[in-house]
Amino acid sequence: MDHGADQKHADDAPHAHAQAHAEGQQHPVAVYLWIWVLLFVVSSFSYMVDYFHLHGALRWTLIILFMLVKAALIVAIFMHMAWERLALKLVILLPPLCLLVLIALMAIEGGYTFLTRLASFVH
Amino acid sequence: MATDAVTAESAGTGAMDNVVADLAADRQAFAVPWGKLMMWIFLLSDTFIFSCFLIGYMHVRMSTTVPWPNVSEVFSLTVGHTRVPLLLIAIMTMVLITSSGTMAMAVNYGYRRNRAYTAALMLITAGFGATFVGMQAFEWTKLILVEGIRPWANPLGAGQFGASFFMITGFHGLHVSAGVIYLTVVARRVWNGFYDRKGSYETVEIAGLYWHFVDLVWVFIFAFFYLW
Repeated sequence: MDHGADQKHADDAPHAHAQAHAEGQQHPVAVYLWIWVLLFVVSSFSYMVDYFHLHGALRWTLIILFMLVKAALIVAIFMHMAWERLALKLVILLPPLCLLVLIALMAIEGGYTFLTRLASFVH
Repeated sequence: MATDAVTAESAGTGAMDNVVADLAADRQAFAVPWGKLMMWIFLLSDTFIFSCFLIGYMHVRMSTTVPWPNVSEVFSLTVGHTRVPLLLIAIMTMVLITSSGTMAMAVNYGYRRNRAYTAALMLITAGFGATFVGMQAFEWTKLILVEGIRPWANPLGAGQFGASFFMITGFHGLHVSAGVIYLTVVARRVWNGFYDRKGSYETVEIAGLYWHFVDLVWVFIFAFFYLW
């Protein structure tokens, strides 16, 4: 348990940060607390978008902006992606971009189906 | 392995042998523990599953000619005499974010080898997760029994509402429930000193990745299903 005893010193924050690469992902607690607070704030912002009945392009811009900010904070800090090597970042974060193609295709298809239904079934 | 590659080349046994030797060479591509890499790969595949559900939902919602129910009203709660829109969902979001915070702290204390704090924080996280599932059960009950919404029918408007709602939140709720069990098992091992004997608290971080992912998915569901 010698190793365990060494780690006891890691309880003071600056020391802990120095050991980030010594063992796993170790960062000051303050970083997590700040991100936590930020997530709360941004979540209440997105709730406010609905509460104040914003509509149209403004609503969409705000919803997607707040969503992306929250997602980025969770992945970068809570999931430690910010501290990983570039190879892992690319392997995990690039493939989901293909989904943009699927979103575009399904949006076009959805619009087409809607118009076809209007023309055929709604009189 | 490296010596094998060299031998194959010098023996002139063909290009294909070199390819096999290179790909089978015992080199590490990613500087992270394999368990963590495998969790990331799993989460990547899960990203595609949830994306397919959400994109399918976008498609049926765009193509239906029957009006979509007013989500803001469907998920409102009455406090005293005022109806607060989306209140339950807002509380569920806050519960999940809080659980993500406690999980991040658990991972932190794990690497500091603080057994008691790590186990306690993981159990608190699992408790918030169970609370979330409980609130979801309440929401489902209300929708099924009071509003009469079914996966195949919806008296409030477009039938696709029921189908996508039960599919998406059900699959997410399943992930949360699995996470609660997963965290409880790992917390028990933390408490037993299993990871002290193993000499590594990686497993706590890997469980944390899964839990943060569940929160991450909720961010997208909240934006696209509840706020659209």
